[in-house]
Amino acid sequence: MARTPADLVGANPGPSFEITMDGSPVTALPGQSVAAALWSAGILAWRTTRKAGRPRGVFCGIGQCYDCLAVINGEPNRRACLVPARPGDVITTQEGHGHAGLSV
Amino acid sequence: MPASASDPYDLAVIGAGSAGLAGAVTAAELGLSVALLDASSQTGGQFYRHPAPSLKAARPEALHHDWAAFAELRRRLEQSDVSHLYGHHVWAVAKEDNGLWALHAVTGVDGTAERSVRVRARTVLLATGAYERQLPFPGWTLPGVVGAGGAQAMLKSGLVLPGRRVVVAGSGPLLLAVASSLAAAGAQVPAVIEASGYLGYARRPRALAANPQKLVEAAVHGAALLRHRVRLRTRSAVTEVHGTDRVEAVTVTRLDRDWRPVRGAGRRIECDALAVGHGLAPQIELATTLGCATRPLADGTSALALDGLQETSVPGLWAAGETGGVGGAQLARAEGELAGLASAARLYGYHVREGRVRELQRRRDRLRAFADAMTVAHAPGPGWTGWLTDDTDVCRCEEVSAGSIREAIADLGARDARTVKLLTRAGMGWCQGRMCGTAVACLAAREGAVESSAERRPFAVPVPLSVLASLDEPAGIEPDTAPGVDR
Repeated sequence: MARTPADLVGANPGPSFEITMDGSPVTALPGQSVAAALWSAGILAWRTTRKAGRPRGVFCGIGQCYDCLAVINGEPNRRACLVPARPGDVITTQEGHGHAGLSV
Repeated sequence: MPASASDPYDLAVIGAGSAGLAGAVTAAELGLSVALLDASSQTGGQFYRHPAPSLKAARPEALHHDWAAFAELRRRLEQSDVSHLYGHHVWAVAKEDNGLWALHAVTGVDGTAERSVRVRARTVLLATGAYERQLPFPGWTLPGVVGAGGAQAMLKSGLVLPGRRVVVAGSGPLLLAVASSLAAAGAQVPAVIEASGYLGYARRPRALAANPQKLVEAAVHGAALLRHRVRLRTRSAVTEVHGTDRVEAVTVTRLDRDWRPVRGAGRRIECDALAVGHGLAPQIELATTLGCATRPLADGTSALALDGLQETSVPGLWAAGETGGVGGAQLARAEGELAGLASAARLYGYHVREGRVRELQRRRDRLRAFADAMTVAHAPGPGWTGWLTDDTDVCRCEEVSAGSIREAIADLGARDARTVKLLTRAGMGWCQGRMCGTAVACLAAREGAVESSAERRPFAVPVPLSVLASLDEPAGIEPDTAPGVDR
């Protein structure tokens, strides 16, 4: 029985690289989405809701629910389940609509 | 490909899953110029979603059923002249004054590249598939609660799991596939919780007898569950998730025939994730905006009404796969091929190979009969609202609670999902009701029949205002090297 998903499909990816989540390093594999990299680091939430400030992360996994919105390299409202991770990406928790810094 | 850049395509296909691929290659092999648009960078759709090339999976088929069928479609696509326009998020389809269809798309991995693309074509095949249908319950917004299909999608594309110990719950055959693949990939799956019984299928013996391969599929999943010591509990639901900032455990409750929770029958299961889903809903907004006729399905969702050759009620617009009712990849391939043949016949008067058409129609009808039996067997019972508490969020985006929705219905007189939306904002957020639409419609129906919530969304994906502003400015659209495409 396979111990990991990578074992199951015989994955042999290129060298892993680092991104950061709220300043902490997270290891990503080439080809993984930002959300997949965060999941493999055990991080399930990277957004707080506008009204109750509750944590959220991936729900639908296919770009339909918009629960996984994150601030990626300073840009808010990116769907982390769709955006591929790139070396050096800076991911930060999206608070509310992600535009608080713009005072709009 | 069209002869010159200003020529439209003969056929534009939206969606590169099983139905879209089959339609595109069939039409291209008959000599049609075909554009295939898909939001993803890879073909395969959700069913054949697979790791990105740089993850270098030697055995992607280990996560799939019937991978050979996809590999064959992909081979035919590579040998064809089909223009594969990936990273294209189609937000609207319109008929122009010249009689041509115009497909409007935004580009980029998540549609935020703010580049507007217009693809013109003589005919269109809509193969946009389905998304997962959800019913809310206390705690379903906690991190660690993910869609069953969502967990499957993240596993197939990113080779990741939401947790180490994952309960799978909801209703429908997808749950068995999800539990098998999560367990095969190393997750511990203590239980699959199915709200229906499986006896529903027995009421459609002819649909079962005509589709022995579906029983084989069920047996394969059943054997996998046994091997991984996954317990299947029917007539039960997860009625509460425990944890403060992430999932720590779930409560599983017995249901009666109407999905009403049976008091005092709750059982706690420790876990760090829950994969949950209640079947799939056809994704048809591009067609309903054009006025295409729909048909209500037994589970309260709507599908496109199609003729014998997969054409919608709007001439020149075909649909295949889950858009016509959720029925799986085999059915999608048959329907896609039928639509490809039909579009070639319409445009060039090709003598449609009648033998092949009849064969495909027989296969389609047989698989549709099974799909209908499946829809009936797993349709949500009216009692599921009994597991909602007043403070359960129903609309995830706008954080609208079941209590506010009940207030809108009981005190403010709302009788349908649309009025509830206007009074509470349920369904007004980012996902435009895709996650809460079913639940709101059920709550609004109260004791009456649930009104099938037609998928009416004038924009199928979010569109920047700058894209809309540039639509009528010819100077804003630069000619592109790809034929039939304005950017």
